Amino acid sequence: MKHFFTLTLLLPLLAFAADDEITIIIKNHRFEPSELTVPAGKKIKLVVENKDATPEEFESHALNREKVIAGNGKTTIYIGPLSAGSYPFYGEFNEATAKGTITAK
Amino acid sequence: MFGTAIIVFREVLEAAIIIGIVAAATRDVPGRGRWISSGLLLGLLGSALVASFTGRISEFASGMGQELFNALILGVAVLMLAWHNIWMASHGAELAANARKVGKAIHDGVSTAPVLLAVIGIAVLREGSETVLFLYGIATSQQVDGSTLLLGGAIGVVAGTTVGYTLYKGLLRIPLRWFFSATSLLVLLLAAGMASQAAHFLIQADLIPGLVTPLWDTSAVLSEQSILGRVLHSLIGYDASPAGMQLVFYVATLVTIAAGMKLVNTNKPNKSQLKTAS
Repeated sequence: MKHFFTLTLLLPLLAFAADDEITIIIKNHRFEPSELTVPAGKKIKLVVENKDATPEEFESHALNREKVIAGNGKTTIYIGPLSAGSYPFYGEFNEATAKGTITAK
Repeated sequence: MFGTAIIVFREVLEAAIIIGIVAAATRDVPGRGRWISSGLLLGLLGSALVASFTGRISEFASGMGQELFNALILGVAVLMLAWHNIWMASHGAELAANARKVGKAIHDGVSTAPVLLAVIGIAVLREGSETVLFLYGIATSQQVDGSTLLLGGAIGVVAGTTVGYTLYKGLLRIPLRWFFSATSLLVLLLAAGMASQAAHFLIQADLIPGLVTPLWDTSAVLSEQSILGRVLHSLIGYDASPAGMQLVFYVATLVTIAAGMKLVNTNKPNKSQLKTAS
């Protein structure tokens, strides 16, 4: 528990990191935008906002990321630095519709 | 229904493998059944609780609550498994030599039963909360009706549990001479894999650097989504495209626990071995 608090104390430091920030909206079980381009070789702060009432899981094998976003919730996922290429992602709870690709250039 | 079954199976499989190994490794702990079922029960209750508080947990720590939470409980599981292995190593000689005395030895000594409870509880909690959220999402948003959903979920649970039980039964067939080395090794790899996952969450939260990302990419050869990839992920912490820091955590955990086991084994006066040597 002690370490947990120590970690949370360190969190404000994150605000100083100058990361590229990109927002994705989930609505009607789709990602908006579904096609994104990000700079290669840089860490990216991905903000995912879920406007649906149901939870969704942002998942990408290519990015090696997986995170649940509560219904009407918002979350941050750090990705990269990525080498140039395309990285598909999808919503695990609604795989049929929630799909997208991040392209690093 | 099929899709539901597969997703539930994937989640259950991971927990079932962990439970199978831990249950086998502690087969001589008295009152084990009670500890296992309490662990399962607490894990399931925890799943429902975590699932319903996902929003809150996420918001915590500037949106990094989920990662911190996961890293924290994985860390607890690693410590528990480490303790179990080191304790077993210090009693290994007696255990291997005379299984009947073992029950008493464990009974008299510090039992590792609480480890069982905690590790099983954590395994169920992690996989269970995701399953609950997934099923809830389908139930509220999609055209699938309740009975189809339940059937799919049930198939997934049964299939996953079967794999875990088969693993457990298989492990129990290992001759006693090798049994403790075999299960200790499995528990060791399990712990290292969990440490690597904990590192993964901390990297995702940007709390520690990834070092080299990715260190390798074998997703084309063995995808983590394939059944084999999934099984290896649970067993030895296989990651198709890990960050360098994950390997650091993996190796550090492996070395630390192995050194701890070695230390208690050599530090121990050879009394017990002498006694049982004849």
